[in-house]
This record gives sequence, structure tokens and C-alpha cells, in this order.
Amino acid sequence: MNRSVGGVLARPEGPAKVTGRALYVADLRVEGAWVAGTVRSNVARGRLLGFDFDPAFDWKRVVIAGPEAIPGANLVAMIVDDQPLLCADAIEHFGEPLLIVAAETPLTLRAALAAIRPRIEVRPAMLDMEASEQLFKRIAIDKGDVEAVFAAADGAAIRVLEGTYRTDTQEQMYIEPQGFVAWPPDANGTIAVTGSMQCPYYVQKSLMRAFGVEAHNARVVQAATGGGFGGKEDYPSVLACHAALMARVCGRPIRMLYDRHEDLAVTPKRHPSRVRHRTAVASDGRLLAMDIDVLLDGGAYTTLSPVVLSRACIHAAGAYRCENVRIRGRAVATNHVPFGAFRGFGAPQVCFAVERQMDRIAVALGLHPVELRLCNMLRRGDVTATGQVLEHSVGSVEVMDEILARTKIDRHPWRAQQTGNVRRGLGLAFFFHGAGFTGSGEALLKARVAVELDREGCVIVRSASTEFGQGTLTMFTAIVAQALGCDARDVIIADADTQGVPNSGPTVASRTCMIVGGSLQKACAELLVRVGPGPAPFRERARAFVQRGGDSQIEITYTSPPGLAWDDATYRGDAYPAYGWAADVAEVEVSLDSFEVRVKRFTSAVDVGKAIQPQMVEGQIEGGSLQAIGFAHLEAATMKHGQFQQNRMATCVIPTTLDTPTFDVALIEVPFEHGPFGAKGVGELPMDGGAPAIASAIEDALGIHMDHMPATPERLLEAWLAAHPKEEL
Amino acid sequence: MQRPRTLEQALEVLARATSSARLLAGGTDLMVEFETGRTHPDVVFDLWGVKELRYVRAENGGLRLGSLSTCRDLLDSALAREGADLLVLAADEVGAEQIKNRATLGGNLGTASPASDLGPVLSVLRARVRLVSLRGEREVSVDDFWTGYRATQRANDELIESVFIPTCPRDERRGFRKVGTRRAQSISKVVVAMALRVDGGVLQGVRSAAGSVAERIVRLSTLERALDGQRPSRALVSDATRDSARVDARPIDDVRSTARYRRATLQRVAEGLILDLAGIEGAH
Amino acid sequence: MSVQEPVDLRCTINGVARELRAAPLRRLLDVLRDDLGLTGTKEGCGEGECGACTVLVNGEPVNSCLVPVCQVDACSVTTIEGSGFEGVQAAFLEHGGAQCGICTPGMIVMTRAWLEERSRLGAAVDLESARKALAGNLCRCTGYAKILTSALAAAAVKP
Repeated sequence: MNRSVGGVLARPEGPAKVTGRALYVADLRVEGAWVAGTVRSNVARGRLLGFDFDPAFDWKRVVIAGPEAIPGANLVAMIVDDQPLLCADAIEHFGEPLLIVAAETPLTLRAALAAIRPRIEVRPAMLDMEASEQLFKRIAIDKGDVEAVFAAADGAAIRVLEGTYRTDTQEQMYIEPQGFVAWPPDANGTIAVTGSMQCPYYVQKSLMRAFGVEAHNARVVQAATGGGFGGKEDYPSVLACHAALMARVCGRPIRMLYDRHEDLAVTPKRHPSRVRHRTAVASDGRLLAMDIDVLLDGGAYTTLSPVVLSRACIHAAGAYRCENVRIRGRAVATNHVPFGAFRGFGAPQVCFAVERQMDRIAVALGLHPVELRLCNMLRRGDVTATGQVLEHSVGSVEVMDEILARTKIDRHPWRAQQTGNVRRGLGLAFFFHGAGFTGSGEALLKARVAVELDREGCVIVRSASTEFGQGTLTMFTAIVAQALGCDARDVIIADADTQGVPNSGPTVASRTCMIVGGSLQKACAELLVRVGPGPAPFRERARAFVQRGGDSQIEITYTSPPGLAWDDATYRGDAYPAYGWAADVAEVEVSLDSFEVRVKRFTSAVDVGKAIQPQMVEGQIEGGSLQAIGFAHLEAATMKHGQFQQNRMATCVIPTTLDTPTFDVALIEVPFEHGPFGAKGVGELPMDGGAPAIASAIEDALGIHMDHMPATPERLLEAWLAAHPKEEL
Repeated sequence: MQRPRTLEQALEVLARATSSARLLAGGTDLMVEFETGRTHPDVVFDLWGVKELRYVRAENGGLRLGSLSTCRDLLDSALAREGADLLVLAADEVGAEQIKNRATLGGNLGTASPASDLGPVLSVLRARVRLVSLRGEREVSVDDFWTGYRATQRANDELIESVFIPTCPRDERRGFRKVGTRRAQSISKVVVAMALRVDGGVLQGVRSAAGSVAERIVRLSTLERALDGQRPSRALVSDATRDSARVDARPIDDVRSTARYRRATLQRVAEGLILDLAGIEGAH
Repeated sequence: MSVQEPVDLRCTINGVARELRAAPLRRLLDVLRDDLGLTGTKEGCGEGECGACTVLVNGEPVNSCLVPVCQVDACSVTTIEGSGFEGVQAAFLEHGGAQCGICTPGMIVMTRAWLEERSRLGAAVDLESARKALAGNLCRCTGYAKILTSALAAAAVKP
């Protein structure tokens, strides 16, 4: 009996990682390579007038490239062509790249960068998203008639409650900073880059535009990648083009490795948000109408903001049933460094808002937060805000049952009066997260994955889905081994190299397992048919099949499950093929002298459809939950004059072992028939619930409703003093 | 770059030092300065090799701690745990194990960071700093040793040789609290040390100091004056800590915290420490 | 002698006696990675915050980004490429202690130092002391749960 799926396989890349042999981009030794760095704007907005080069520096020791050196289009190929690779005139954010400089040694480079001063005419910057009128994207979702319900509200049978919720930005803080190595064009004109990234084909697309070359002349190879969490989704396209540009200008390989300070200062982070809720609710707790306004700060350029907003809006009403919903979303431009992808991708912001609003409603109606959720949660057969009928793999009841069984939070007297310096609290969040790209995204993308046999009967998997910690390689290995009934050691996952693997789409959006893994399962099913049945082990049959000249090459292009319909114009229909469902309960202690929050225990019940590798799924949930815990109370992240303030690791803090609660993870498996072995996605889901669960636990402990994340001690103190003015000094 | 191996060699090289010379001990501060480009020193004296300055020993009336003693050395020393309990508590919270293995007492004193975790404790323990040079030696109290923001009264040719901690009164009660938000590897937002005796129901010998609430480590003298010789009550302690937080602290807003938070937390933490040490129930 | 002027150093690296010539204030991390090709030691922050560059100097864990190379003269340096890590490595592999892997070498070096320290003290190998010992090694992937499990499991296999 093959137990690859649901069992424990060793990470294929594990031995290299634990011995230090795995080669990350900074570990690559490249003969003849120079190092390159970036001259950046030191203002949030302005006009570039020119540069002052210190005459004391010997400029013959370095090579400098500006926008005029770009052979193709001076832009970062993303959704909208509005971001230059190198700014030539209008500066839109602090740290905007202006010139690339290369030198033989890091010391010379550092000296050269210090000797170049951009001359900039400073212009007033827009740094307040609420004041910005420049739109990147607007989204409207309408269901039923909210106005009719609000008009009927009488303050008794139907009450209306309002709340405004804010979240600050958050840094991904992958432990490996971003970096690339680029080689100059070879005899065939092929540019090659390797580096730390999630999406090789995004990088390829950028290179093609910037250098005016065809796909086969832009080769992108992923190096071992030390974490991403979304942070290495779009930015590598910028860095790779910078490095490749300098390699072309210099005619030699270029290493371009950001140090932590530069990485923190200029790479994209989570979108700050402001979400307004106006909710009509019946006296028994039933949600009658939800009016939700979502605002995201997109920063200076469009980058991924339209799709982040899309996910935010679709998740804005939470995992709740409501007949009348109006959601209005806007992503606006400011002169902040562009905000980008970070695990959750818009959902953590809106999940925080809707879950806090649910607590606010519970308090107003005198209901227990659990009772209110049980009354309204989406169940099988219910209809979402976009009109999607939930028919497949709906684990809402199962996760709620499990979380209540494990934590008994439904019997906990929430917001009970307490005394003493240390106050304790329990808080719940209930949520869902769509797996895969939104709406018609997957249908348009047509992700591809290929398998074939080598001469020994081993299976080679070709996919552009990258490994950066989540376990892609192990998960694919398990799917293949299970589908073929072969030994996991006979599965070889090809390197993520655009010259060797088809475009499986980006490694984002909780899509790798459900979408790419699903296609892989199909490919294996066909391979199994071709190889044929028999008593011998798969590998022997496969070897014989190859030796008799059998064609083992199979490529599968993803097609959406039948019956899915989505209308991008009206934002109606089936937003995602399936959703992961989850409930989190946080147990906290808050000290009344310092307002430090300590999360003692964190329980999650998570419906992933099927855990292909349970140990890794738990690892995803624990890791994602800790990021959410950091987002909730620890990771102060502020912008001032357009600059990210916490631009060193000493100030941009993330949780340590001592800030980590005891995790209790319950994996629930309500299988999704179109996912591989029933699996859905898990990557982003655990990022969504932590902040609202902790905010709810803090409210339980202190009686204070925090509506701004993170709930830092500074914010908690101010909220406490507002409620207890006698304690003001 | 000079790398003396003995105290004698160290004093000889220091005799020629100017104000631009930097003294390197365990590197936990200075190496960060070099790396971030905040300092480009021409002259560095690496004192790490002066092993004779790495000791903890009993001395008449107290404990003498060599300036190159690391936080780890203090934690591992039975003498230090016995004779400088509060300092050991603070040394344990300076940073991670890797930092504790390199961060030295002398480095901490010399850097004179207003956020020093050891600073308030040294002040409360009446620590005296011994400075030596070829010209001779002198001993000053830590309160006098620090003169301002990252400033000390060490002369260019002087070396922080050791710190003397006088034996604490037998019946003294002591407390320490670091508030850093993150529970490890954090730079303090507020750090408070407190010592007092309760003699016949009356507070005596109240000493307290705080870090991260001013440009240097400060004694909470307002609080000390208000409490010394008094019968403790919740009202008295509340008033004393409030006055102290208003008068003794000069906090600022920075990337780590706000002035309001630092001032309020100083008051709340100090109040809790005093009530706790004086044996009065519950701060809030 | 300028701070830039190279000096000659002798030290033992992973059990092999070495003679090095380097500017005295160069970071041990850079000498290990750039001069000796020992790239298993990683750089995450360059300021002693993340612990990815943890190595042992005379058996004590330090952040090699904060150690000027002149201070390892006459010392013994052990990196992840050295011997004696096998038990801890096996535990991390088995219990899911490594995800992206960038913090892993530092985490494993620190785990070994912790185990040796507990053994030296004759103290119990428990969750609490593991948490404290690993507090200077940041990981953003795992939420630490499986790292702590791995560390405790390593205690069972290490003599």
C-alpha cells in the first residue's frame, strides 16, 4: 500500500539544506563577476535633475548604467506598464532606482554609491491613502438590496452597527534577502539570470520586455530560495532586470545582492488598509445587510494592487451568509514604495475587519461571539457575496465543531470582569480563503505541467512551481508516487529553469497544490495508462515501456472544473473553485503595566481538503499563524515621509521562539473532488485568522475593542487610557 | 589597529590614543556600527585578547568584575549570582545566547547606551567603575561615569578595568524589569531596576534607576526622595512613581516606541515593582 | 598598523589548522564564506539579530557577522560544514525542522551548542530551555514548533 499521500516523505532538498550545501544566490561563486548596487531617490516625490559625481572618486573603477542603457522598454512588466525599471524623470517614491553601478569589489561599490548624489527637485508627496484620488482599481460587488434593509432598520428588530478598521503594512521578512546573478548575453543573444524568486516566468516576461528578446533568449533559473511569502513574487522582476542590464553593459557576470537594510527599505510589503463596515442585523443575530468599503494603499505604482484588491473584496464579507451585500473597493496611488504580495494577499486585512465587526455586533446584541458565528456561518448550499453556491468541499461546520471541542471557547464567559495585573483572554476567528487564482484567472493562465520517464524508469516532473520552504517538491513527489504507485525515490523534480520546464504559472495564491498538483495527478493517470498494468513494480514496467520505445512525454494544460462561471465585469459567479475553511482560537495574557501581549496558546482547525503531507501542512499552519500573531501585536511597521521606518532587523521585529505560543493544529479533510486526492490550498489561509482572533482575545482580557492592527503596547496603552482617564499621568 | 594581550600593553597603546580611537571588546555594538557605515574608524584597539580582564572575584566589601567579563561569564559565576543577583538577571536579558557570549560589561559601560539593560541595575547596585591609565587609576560611581547620551568621563588614555559592586544590605529587596515587547533579542523600551529595605514598616534605602527614558540611564531620584523613610501605601507609591515619571524621565518618540508609552510604562512598572518589593497587594 | 592592513592569523577551522591573512576587522562570516568557501553559514541581517550566521568559536555559539576575524586568532571555529552535527541534522530532517532552509544551518549549530551546554551542566533537555537557547535564531517559515520538536528529538539521539 503506497502511503506517499498522507504519510511522511523526506524533503528531496532536505539533506542539502541541513548540511549547508544548498546553494542560495549569495552562495554562488561566479568567475569574473562584478558586484552591482543601486543609486536611489532619497525623497518620496520629485523630479530628477541630474547627478553630482564626487570628483575625488576615480570613476574609471566603476561602470554606471542609466535608463538610456535599457535596450527594450524601460518598464517592469506586470499588470499595468506604469513602473520604470530606472527612473528617468518623475520620482514617485523613496528609494526609487535611478542608476545601477558596478564595481569589482563590494568596497569599491560602496564607495562609488556614496560618491553619487542625485539632484532632485522635491515635490509634495501624497502619503495619505484616504486623501488620494488616483485610482489603480475599483471593484463593486452587489448582492440583494442593502439600502432596503437599512431603510427598514428600526434600532430594535433591525439594528445597524458601524465600524472602521485599519491595518498597517507588514514586512514579509524572509530570512534570505533578495538577490540575483546575471550573465551577459551569450553568442545566441541569450540573457541568463539566477536568483531568489517565486515566479521564474514572471521574471522571464520582464526580461523579454526590457531587453526586447524572445522567450528562448531569456533564461531564468531559480536558485535555492530562502523564504518568500509573496515578497519574492513581483520584486525579483525588478532586481533581475537591473542585474541583467548591468551584465549587458559590463559584458561580465553581475552579482546583485541586497543587504537587509536595502531589502527592508525598497521591497514591497503588505498593503495598509482601511475597511468600513455598516451592518444591519436582526435582534437574534442574523446578518441582514452588509455594506463594506475597502480601501488599500497601493503605493507609487500599480504592481499587483488590482489583484490584491480583488481578493480583498471577495473575502470582505467573511465566511458568512447574508442576502444583501454591497462591497466597494478601491486601491489608490500614494508616494509610498509600492505595496505588494504578502501571504493572504488582501484577505488578512478584510478578515480582520469583518471578524472585529462580528465581535462588535456580538457585544451590541449581548451574544457570545461563538453564537453569532454559528448563527451566520456559510454552510454547504449557501450563497457567497459574489453569488457562488457552495456545493463542494465546505468544511465550515467541521472546523467549527473541532475548534469548540478543543478549546471550549463557547463556554468561556467572554469579556468577563477581571482584576490583577495580568489579564487573560480568549478570542475566536472564523474564516475561509479561496484557493487558486480569482475568477477566470486560472482559465486564462492555462498553467502547464509535464511528466516523462527517463531510461531507468524514473519519473521526471517538469513544473515552474518553485520550492521556497513550503514543500512544493515533497508535495509533488507524494502526488506522483501515489498516483503511479511508484517509490518516492524514483520521482525527480526538474529544476525550475525556464529552459527546462513549462509555465505552470506563478507560485502564489495557494494554487500550487490544488491547481498544478491537480494537473500533475492527471498527467500521472495518463502515464499509468500508457505504461500499462502488471505485477511488476512501476519502475520496472516504466523502464520496459521506455526501452520498447514508448512515448512517455505528457503535458497537461489546466482546465477549470466544469460548471464554474465567473463574470469579471460584474464580479458575480464562482470566485474560486474551492475554499479552505478554518477557525482559530487565541489565548492571550496582557500585562496592565506594560500592555505587552503574550499569546500562550493558539489552536487552529483547518479544512485543507486533503493533507498531502500532514507534517508539512502543519508546518504551513504553524508558520502562517506565527506571522499572523506578529501582525496582530508585535510587528510595528510604520511609514514616515514616505519611508519605511523599521528598516533594520533590530527594529523590524518578528517573533522569536519565546514569543511563540503552543500550537494545536487540527487538520480537517473535507475533500474537494477536483483537487489532487481531494486537496485544496493551505499556504495563505493561516495568515487570515490570527489578527482578529488575538484582537478578540485582547478585548476579552481588557474590555477594549482594538480596531487597528498591530495592537502594539503603545496602542493598547492609549486605548486603555482613553477608557480609564484617571490613570493618565 | 592594535591588539594588546595584557593590561600593561593595553595601557601603553591607549597612552597614545586620541578621541577618534575606538575600543573594541566583544564587537556586539561596534561591529554593527562598522557594518552600517555609521563609523569609519582609523584607529581601533582590540581589547578582546586582554584575558586578565575577564574575571569575577570577591573583594573586601563586595565583588569585583573584570571589564571583559561577558554576560555569559556573569551568568556562569556563582559569585556573581550571589553578590550581584540583579546584574545577573539583567545580563540574562541583554540578548540571545550568541550575544551573551560576546557582550561585555566594559563594552556596555563604555557604549553608554541610554537603553542599556545593565545600566539601571549597575546604578541601583551602587557600582563603581575603575579607570586605569599609565597616569594612575581612579574609581567613580556609574552615575557619575555616564555623562550624557553615549558619553562617559573616560579619558582617551583610560581603560575601564573593572566594576566594583559593594555587598548589598542583607535585608535589601531588589527587582528588575525589562520591557522590550518582543521577549528575546529586543532593545528595551523601558528598563527599570529597584532596591529598597522595609524596616519596621518603613521604606529605607530606596534606590531606583531606569533606561530608555532619557538620553542616559537616570536615577529616579524623585521617587527615592518621596518614599525614603515613609510607610508605603498604594496612594503614596502611585503619587511617587507618577511624579518620578513626570520629572525624572525625559523620553522621546523614536522608531521603537513613543514618549508617552515610555513615561507611562515607567510609572506603571516602577509602581508594580515597589508594591511587589514592599509586599503590598496588586498594582492595578 | 591600519585597520585595513591584513594580519596573519592561525586558527583551527572544522578541525583543520589554518593560516589566514585578512584585514583584522573583516567579519568572520565573510572570511568563512568568501575566503574559505564555507557558504553553509548564512547572512540574514548583518547585525547580530537573526542568528543565521551562528558558528561555534571554542565551542561557544556566536554570530559570525559580529566577530572581527582577528578575534578568532588561536581559536577553534566550527561551522555547519564541520563534524558532530549529524544527529541534529537527522532530527531536523525527520521532524520538519527545515522549510526554506536559510536559517537551518545556524539553527542546527545553535541546537548542538545547547545540547552540549545542557550536557555539561547535567541539566535536563526540556522545551523551556530549548526555547531560550534558540531565541536568537529567527525563522519566518515554521512558527518554530517543528524546530523545537526537532531540537528535543536530537537530544534523544545525541550521546
